[in-house]
Parts: sequence; structure tokens; C-alpha cells
Amino acid sequence: MNATTLEDDGWTVAGRRFRSRLVVGTGRYKSLEETAASIAASGAEMVTVAVRRVNLSDPNAPMLQDFVPPTQYTYLPNTAGCHTAQDAVRTLRLAREAGGWNLVKLEVLGPPPFLYPDMAATFEAASALLADNFEVMVYCADDPVAAKRLEEMGCVAIMPLGAPIGSGMGVVNPYMIRAIKAQAKVPVLVDAGIGTASEAAFAMELGCDAVLLNSAIAHAQDPVRMAAAMKHAVIAGRHAYLAGRMPRDYRADPSSPTTGTIR
Amino acid sequence: MTDTSLAGTRTAPTLRITVNGEALSLAAGVSVAGLLDHLGLPRRKIAVERNLEIVPRSLYDETLLSDGDQIEIVHFIGGG
Repeated sequence: MNATTLEDDGWTVAGRRFRSRLVVGTGRYKSLEETAASIAASGAEMVTVAVRRVNLSDPNAPMLQDFVPPTQYTYLPNTAGCHTAQDAVRTLRLAREAGGWNLVKLEVLGPPPFLYPDMAATFEAASALLADNFEVMVYCADDPVAAKRLEEMGCVAIMPLGAPIGSGMGVVNPYMIRAIKAQAKVPVLVDAGIGTASEAAFAMELGCDAVLLNSAIAHAQDPVRMAAAMKHAVIAGRHAYLAGRMPRDYRADPSSPTTGTIR
Repeated sequence: MTDTSLAGTRTAPTLRITVNGEALSLAAGVSVAGLLDHLGLPRRKIAVERNLEIVPRSLYDETLLSDGDQIEIVHFIGGG
């Protein structure tokens, strides 16, 4: 085996090439310093960001951009907190004006406690955004019919949930994630639900192009160390997928020769 | 609200607008650029919406505020 067989030349979304298959959120950290250190340790090149009102009472408060520079990371503005198509479209138009880029993460959420993707509203928002020249990476249900329709509409990446946002439950419906990936011609990312490194590796072993997570790092006891774990997990999972796992069997199949044993 | 820094004269007519949900009184004739200066916001890092319409950065100087305007000023923060 030579080194070239171990290379992974990354993935492409909307014409942009990324070496890291880990996309991380920037929310829920204790401080902006911890955010920056964790993201650096994760090796991620793309980060999700939220769009919110400026705090008028403290206009000089430290800003995310000072710690996670958009010159160094690809910002992926999201629509977190949006429960209607109108709010999502409005939020991303503001994001485009603030940042000057078209690549966005669309998520339109149903009510608590699951914040499950509202697919009717997601279709409506995706349609409006695509008509307005956005490049839409879309958070969606683990529903292969919905996923295919979003792709056919022109979404540039399909991002089914592994489990509800922030739940840390892992990939609870792996067969449908695999099915969505098998039929897709655009990148598929597991987005939401990952709780620890083995679950990120598992998502990659299903054949996903990348994994998007936030709370798994931010809510770990040691976020920087978990960020490093996620970096390695995603690499390991990708290699395992490309390597092709051995078949499963409930019976034993000895690894050592069965002949030549001493008598 | 008394704000002579923007107003020019004390008798100038005032505008009542809403910025990020907060009521604000300003002198008539203030532009979006003037509002941002008044609030002390660096315009490089934000986006402005006026009555549900984006105000492009290139139009901050020439876009004058009107009484009753609903203004949203946003920026990027941490999010997943």
C-alpha cells in the first residue's frame, strides 16, 4: 500500500472545494475565545453562523468575526430560530447583505420539543431562495422523497437530521440516511443529532460527504479536545467507508490458521 | 428624547422610528448612515432592513428615514 491510496481529496459543494469533511457550528460556547480554539482544533473550513439583532446598548461588544474570521473560514449563515418560510428568506437576505455571499443553510423548524424540520415551509423557502440566486444547503427530514425533491429543485446539498437538534442521540435512522445518500447527486451531510466521535464516524461510514455538528463539541466537558476527536472521527469514518467494511456474521470465523496446532 | 448631536436645531421636526424593537426619536432628515453613526455601529459588519426591505450598503447615505420606519440591524453571531 502506498500513501496515495490513503488520500482523500475532499468534497465539493456549489463549486467550492473543501478538504475537511467536518462542518461545525459556532454557537453555545462559553466564550468567543473557546469558540475560536474549538473550531481551530476541529480542522473545519466551513462554519455555520446565525443572524441576529445587533445589541444597541453595547455596539462595541466583541464580535464573532473578530475571533472566527470570514477570511479564514467559509461562513454558512443559517436560519436557526425561523419557524416560517418568510422569516427564513428574510433572514438569509439580510445575511447575504451582511456577508456578501450566496451559500446558505436553510432550516425551517417545527415547534419544540423536537424542532423537527417543517418540510412544507422548507420547500416554500427553498423555492423563494433558489429563485433569488441563493445556493441552498438544506436541513431536512430523513425522508428520501423530500430529499430528492429538494435536490431536483436545485438545492446544492441535502442535510438530513441524524436526530433532533442538540439531542446528542446520534444517527437514529441510518437506513434512510444511507438511502438518501445512495440516490443523491449532490453532497449529503448528516446535520444535527451527533453526540460523540463514534457517531460522527458512523455517519461518515454510511457514505455521507460530510458531517455538520455544533453541540457535540460546544457541550462537551472539554470542547477543544472533543473538536480534535471529531476531526479524527470524520477522517476515520471516511476511510472506513472507502475501505469497505467486512461482512457481518453472527458466527465466528477464526483469524488464525486452524491447521498446524500442537497435539 | 433630546438629541442635539443629530438634530441641527432644537426646533427641527422629529422622527419616531423603531430600531430592533426599540423606539427611537431622531431629527428629521437623518439617513441610514446617520443612524448607524448615531448608534456607533461599524457598518462593515452589519446589514440593515427598513420596513422589510434590505437597504444595500451603497445606499446608506442617500436613504433618508421616515416617521414610523421599522428598522432591523443584524450581524452574525455564533450559531449551529
